[in-house]
Amino acid sequence: MSVIKSIEDLEKIREQAKDMINLRVDNETKTRVVVGMGTCGIAAGARAVMLAILDELKKRNVNDVIVTETGCIGLCQYEPLVDVIQPDHPKVTYVNMTPEKAREVVVKHIINKQVVDEYVVPNI
Amino acid sequence: MEIYRAHVLVCKGTGCVASGSEPIMEAFEKEIEKKGLSKEVKVVQTGCLGLCELGPNVLIYPEGSYYCTVKAEDVPEIVEEHLLKGRIVERLLYKERDTKERYRSLMDIDFYKRQKRIALRHCGLINPEIIEEYIANDGYRALAKALTEMTPQQVIDEVKQSGLRGRGGGGFSTGTKWQFAANAQGDIKYVVCNADEGDPGAFMDRSILEGDPHTVLEAMEIAGYAIGASEGYIYVRAEYPIAVKRLEIAIEQARNHGLLGKNILGTDFSFDIFIRLGSGAFVCGEETALLASVEGRRGEPRPRPPFPANKGLWDKPTIINNVETYANVPEIILKGAEWFSSIGSEKSKGTKVFAVGGKINHTGLIEIPMGTTLKEVIYDICGGIPNNKKFKAVQTGGPSGGCLPASLLDMPIEYDTLIQAGSMMGSGGMIVMDEDNCMVDIAKFFLTFTQEESCGKCPPCRIGTKRMLEILERISNGEGKEGDIELLENLANSIKASALCGLGQTAPNPVLSTIRYFRDEYEAHIKDKKCPAGACKALVHYEIIADKCKGCGMCLKVCPTQAISGERRQPHKIDAEKCIKCNSCFDRCPFGAIVKI
Repeated sequence: MSVIKSIEDLEKIREQAKDMINLRVDNETKTRVVVGMGTCGIAAGARAVMLAILDELKKRNVNDVIVTETGCIGLCQYEPLVDVIQPDHPKVTYVNMTPEKAREVVVKHIINKQVVDEYVVPNI
Repeated sequence: MEIYRAHVLVCKGTGCVASGSEPIMEAFEKEIEKKGLSKEVKVVQTGCLGLCELGPNVLIYPEGSYYCTVKAEDVPEIVEEHLLKGRIVERLLYKERDTKERYRSLMDIDFYKRQKRIALRHCGLINPEIIEEYIANDGYRALAKALTEMTPQQVIDEVKQSGLRGRGGGGFSTGTKWQFAANAQGDIKYVVCNADEGDPGAFMDRSILEGDPHTVLEAMEIAGYAIGASEGYIYVRAEYPIAVKRLEIAIEQARNHGLLGKNILGTDFSFDIFIRLGSGAFVCGEETALLASVEGRRGEPRPRPPFPANKGLWDKPTIINNVETYANVPEIILKGAEWFSSIGSEKSKGTKVFAVGGKINHTGLIEIPMGTTLKEVIYDICGGIPNNKKFKAVQTGGPSGGCLPASLLDMPIEYDTLIQAGSMMGSGGMIVMDEDNCMVDIAKFFLTFTQEESCGKCPPCRIGTKRMLEILERISNGEGKEGDIELLENLANSIKASALCGLGQTAPNPVLSTIRYFRDEYEAHIKDKKCPAGACKALVHYEIIADKCKGCGMCLKVCPTQAISGERRQPHKIDAEKCIKCNSCFDRCPFGAIVKI
């Protein structure tokens, strides 16, 4: 990294570097994406779904989203499951995720705040 | 830049390194690589998290899961369960002592919940060896603000109004000190950082240097700007290798980024910082002795005035502050004097870091607002006294401080209340004692330390502490005489009044405060030749109560000198001639049949 010659330089580095520690602060107020990673989830391809979510977030430069995993919640036939939990909004659960669908959810729901109705859990 | 979904923070403070955090970190890196998670999970080294007794400590974000006493064998399980499957490994989580409840997040734990972290704000949060992590957390913004938006006088006024007082012991107003140096005539001035932390059991400065070295550099630059200095020296103990290494890395990075050197941030201000290693003489923590040592002379204090603010390093105007004091400065500049002075009590503003040790459940490092009571620190934050023992005293201020009894537990922790009670804030060591500690023995321990560390320049300290120690040794050997207590008090008051520097002037404090609050214990040693706590070997002997003894033979087996005899299932006996009072039988007996008399 180059020499910091002015306050603008310092601010620029600060903005870039924020991503390095973002994950460690103010986690209560961030959007959480939870991928089901029980045996069922992994078998149904949850790893690829998670990697796709991470990749899409990186591509779109979104860095205040927490991506985490959880165990089996019982809906094994609908795996891979992905929950999107935004502060002050009810939890949305997406089912039968694929990497492509997951990317769509990132763009439509996480970035543009529009729930992707066609992928959400059916009334069972 | 890569986006990681999880950060694994491994504490690399001295405490956790000693309990083995380095192999843990390697194991995490290896295991994460093996599971193909390297692109998603980042392993980060960090500074002291505070709960050193439970080390090695590992913190995993975003959950904030706090794993204690982690072993290398546990690492594959954490990676597989937590990082891959998202299942927190409950058995390794921090467990509250009384309720046995396990907490999923660090901030829910009593130990952290009640703390207020300013000086330690980055310890355990950032990687101290990466300058970007410091910058990301508002690092060097205070310097930028001072250099571009404030005049040197405004910086000094801000620090003055904040009410910040020296955290190294004296408690002198930091802003006033800076004002003196700013007013002093001279084109060359110096900024010095006192990192010669020497109190037994105190490690707050070390932890700041290890966990957040850049904050000290930034604060020294701000101080340099305020008083018109362009050079700074950090005097740090050579016995702190990790702190020294991280400081060296930090200075190197700051220079490479133009945050140290010429025309910092494009302004006219130039400043550089150099490290000087101390060789472990306690007296070098005294400011004039420290300056002598930096200059390459023998570390001995000299009379003040002139104060360093007028005649310091190489006779130039110099400010010298302690590490923790500096660590508060960037936050004060950034958030303002008003914010800082709203924390703490009326006369003592802000927070104070304490290294709590001794007979206490949570040994470690804490930062609390001034005015918190001793009781809150000992019971609410640090979990009280282990093994259902009774609290007896707390020693604050290290060898210069004093022992405070249970009756003062409700006292708020402030500079002035502590001094009134016969102790002092000191650098922030806090040693808790229970009923098994003999106060004469404690006074002897601290005086042995100061007597050994006396530089010998002035007679009151050199000879006086020696004589006092001899009297204490006499008392604890059962050879105390009527009038010894008064003689100790007399000597102590003379030394306090006539010693050259702070070391000598405060050396009698442990003796005076224990006499003040535990005079009956001294009298028991002298008149009855008894040690009520059973700690002074010469004054106790061991006996077996025949009624309680079941003749199990346990004591007989552990006795190293075959002083115990007896048939199986018959009461045993101790031969006082052979007994070396090692306490092994006392500790071993399952029936409490062995007593110290």
